[in-house]
Amino acid sequence: MDSTILQMQDITKTFPGVKALDGVNLSVRQGEIHAICGENGAGKSTLMKVLSGVYPHGSYDGKILFNGQELKASSIKDSEAKGIVIIHQELALVPYLSVAENLFLGNETKRRGLIDWQEANQRAAKLLARVGLAESPVTPVGQLGVGKQQLVEIAKALNKDVKLLILDEPTAALNDDDSEHLLNLLRELREQGITCIIISHKLGEIEDIANNTTIIRDGQTVESLDMADPGSTQNRIIQGMVGRSLSARYPDREPNIGQVVFEVRDWSVHHPTQHERVVVNKASLDVRAGEIVGIAGLMGAGRTELAMSIFGHSYGRGISGTVLMDGRPVDTSTVGKAIKAGIAYVSEDRKKFGLNLLEDIRVNTTAAGLGKISSRGFVNGNKEIQIAEHYRKSMRIKAPSVLAKTGNLSGGNQQKVVLGKWLHTAPELLILDEPTRGIDVGAKYEIYTIINELAASGKAVLVISSELPELLGICDRIYTLAYGRMTGQLPKSEATQERLMELMTIEKENVR
Amino acid sequence: MTLKTELKDIFTKNLRTSGIYIAFVLIVVLFTIMTDGLLLSPINLTNIILQYSYVLILALGMIMVIVAGHIDLSVGSLVALTGAVSAVLVIKTGAPWWVGILAAVAVGALCGVWQGFWVAYVGIPAFIVTLAGMLLFRGLTYEVLNNVSLSPFPGEYQQVAGGFLNGLLGGYGFDMFTVLIGVVAVAGLVWSQYSTRRGRVKFGQDVESMAMFIAKNALSAIVILWFFWQIAISRGMPIVLIILGVLVIAYHVLTTRTVFGRHIYAIGGNLSAAKLSGVNVKKVNFWIFINMGMLAGVAGAVFSSRSNGAQPGAGNMFELDAIAACFIGGASTTGGVGRVTGAIVGGLVMAVLSNGMQLMGVGASAQQIVKGLVLLLAVAFDIYNKRRAGEAS
Ligand SMILES: Nc1ncnc2c1ncn2[C@@H]1O[C@H](COP(=O)(O)OP(=O)(O)OP(=O)(O)O)[C@@H](O)[C@H]1O
Ligand SMILES: [Mg+2]
Repeated sequence: MDSTILQMQDITKTFPGVKALDGVNLSVRQGEIHAICGENGAGKSTLMKVLSGVYPHGSYDGKILFNGQELKASSIKDSEAKGIVIIHQELALVPYLSVAENLFLGNETKRRGLIDWQEANQRAAKLLARVGLAESPVTPVGQLGVGKQQLVEIAKALNKDVKLLILDEPTAALNDDDSEHLLNLLRELREQGITCIIISHKLGEIEDIANNTTIIRDGQTVESLDMADPGSTQNRIIQGMVGRSLSARYPDREPNIGQVVFEVRDWSVHHPTQHERVVVNKASLDVRAGEIVGIAGLMGAGRTELAMSIFGHSYGRGISGTVLMDGRPVDTSTVGKAIKAGIAYVSEDRKKFGLNLLEDIRVNTTAAGLGKISSRGFVNGNKEIQIAEHYRKSMRIKAPSVLAKTGNLSGGNQQKVVLGKWLHTAPELLILDEPTRGIDVGAKYEIYTIINELAASGKAVLVISSELPELLGICDRIYTLAYGRMTGQLPKSEATQERLMELMTIEKENVR
Repeated sequence: MTLKTELKDIFTKNLRTSGIYIAFVLIVVLFTIMTDGLLLSPINLTNIILQYSYVLILALGMIMVIVAGHIDLSVGSLVALTGAVSAVLVIKTGAPWWVGILAAVAVGALCGVWQGFWVAYVGIPAFIVTLAGMLLFRGLTYEVLNNVSLSPFPGEYQQVAGGFLNGLLGGYGFDMFTVLIGVVAVAGLVWSQYSTRRGRVKFGQDVESMAMFIAKNALSAIVILWFFWQIAISRGMPIVLIILGVLVIAYHVLTTRTVFGRHIYAIGGNLSAAKLSGVNVKKVNFWIFINMGMLAGVAGAVFSSRSNGAQPGAGNMFELDAIAACFIGGASTTGGVGRVTGAIVGGLVMAVLSNGMQLMGVGASAQQIVKGLVLLLAVAFDIYNKRRAGEAS
């Protein structure tokens, strides 16, 4: 148990204009779960990409020792052959292929050049059993939720005879149940002697599961903590990450609540392809000026669908119901109209729906509010830079300049760009869908502060989140959604995790 | 940053954007040597402009189509159709020259409306719609022309692609007007570069060093002035060069400085994000194709003027020249990336290649082979650079 399986020494990796890693050291023991913590942009993902051969040997400085031998991987295949498998922040499964097809992709079992599907499916079933996934191997992966897709990824890694499994923010997009299942699986794998490196911003789960934690700040190793040590608390980790201790997770706030700004009445939405399926069923809600309102619900309850259908009918069909701003019905049937009505929606999936990754921070920041910096169709370039620079500074986006491509930013900094983009439209109502997914504790605090400031200036804020503590920490009032229906609402004073859970999990039959 | 590291960056870090310019210079030097300087002779420079202006005009529209993530295979046929309509009006019915030109542009726009409708509002991939258009417009050309060529155009019409503005401000062994345009062009370029730079500095952005800035602009100024001087001592200012110059500036501004331009890049870069940012995707796509049609109409008028007539088979494979120009100029095959200036330089690479090989007496077959390889290498180079920058991961 005490032998070292991996040693990364003095790893330095530079991108044009950015030193992402600056002499990082990492030492991982055989059979342990080793967590890596650090702020957004600290270099965690980059370090793991160096380790797994995404950045080939020679493109970085430093030395990697794996099982005592120097590792000089020139591709992912090389490192996989040695038993190092990485599961990236973004999953890499092919949605139209079946579970079994995905499992053996690039690793097919062949008999005389032809794939023996019977055998493949049998082996797939065994692998699925190992990760505790009760799905048929022939199900298309696209039909599975994120949590199950994650398990398929792990099964795929097991098939490659993995010795060192690297997971980059595996639980960021998972709900509590799925996260719990995943963590249990990792514990089981540890029993079987598989070493695991996990990157996560959820410090609670790190405390639960990790044997050791290495903290990275600004591309340098800060320290390694033995988690068995009683001093290795969440606050200790935070202190290492941000360089100072954080007194509270949620900023203080004196709510100053006014008139109803935004109201939805009897909102119903049907599934875009299965027309008879009702995804949101006669939902009604309101948000007041200066109020932060949360929506809680399990995955599949229809939270995102509700928000996106309100915002320019961007989801679903057969949409009915009314949206009122300041008591007047408004037309939100296109995104343009919704923006004009004063609504902004920050999507949960920043890469897919939030950013143009090919463009720089400047262009992305103004993308939804070009009208505000243009006259007669011409964009005022100076004003644009000024605005982008303003948001970069005020949100402390970590990038060399506003002319840096958003595709090269770390996840948390990308999220801040999206937020800046929507703040720039100066909305009356800001809808935030999982605003802190994959964001470090310090940046979370900053984002909460931004939300609070917005509310303090009399705007209405609607927050969708899977993390109940977050909703309890920042909201004045919380709605619960189950099976597309509003099942209740609780003011801050009455809301607890248990009561919210109760309302979120009401049996379908009992939903009014 | 020092001038030295900046110069080094041009060949290393920024190779992806500067690569096309370096390649262009290399090709020019190569052919200048191989043709004993004939390539850069005043007469031949003028010839290149007259001969290849249509590709550059088409590339202006094509780059927008490609950046938005589409492709247009129909422009060659559309050049033929618009030229044919113009020829029928001017040659057969005796309409004045400008009616022919307006008709060509109008027919182009109309065909753009047709294709834009299918792409934007029905949602059929542009590849299919324009493949159909390629056949459709070619067939219509035969119909319009009754399967026979029409020629010749009256003198004024021929002036469009073959005429010169000469002696407008007097000549002194060189054409004063042409030189003046050159000076204005340089002044405009330097001024716009300077004001961008000033804006960046004002808002605390990094900019290249003053030495690099001056060196770059001085170099451009010398090349531009030299070019206009060569033309001035040849036959004066070609009318089509004026048309081309105005279009290039207009489209450069349209793509870089306007809301519409931003929307094109947004759509090509991330369609879903563009939709959720309030971009009216259908409308933008629709107008991109109308615009492409109009430019094909302009190219049709220019080409018919240059060839002094309309042939049913005109414009064959022009679409490929235009598409190649864009990709050589650094446009991405998956959309979202590409610049007007890049497409123009890409078009010039194609033009110099063809012209240089013609001067050397290389056969048509070998020309095609070389062009094909250049296209392939250009895109391979681009992809290699992308990987190197670590973006592909
Ligand atoms: N291909 C690239 N080109 C340029 N810069 C890059 C590239 N990839 C990463 N970076 C930069 O390197 C730094 C580290 O990024 P990395 O993705 O490793 O951060 P991270 O610790 O994983 O953050 P997060 O928690 O937000 O995922 C960031 O400043 C990022 O902008
Ligand atoms: Mg990361």
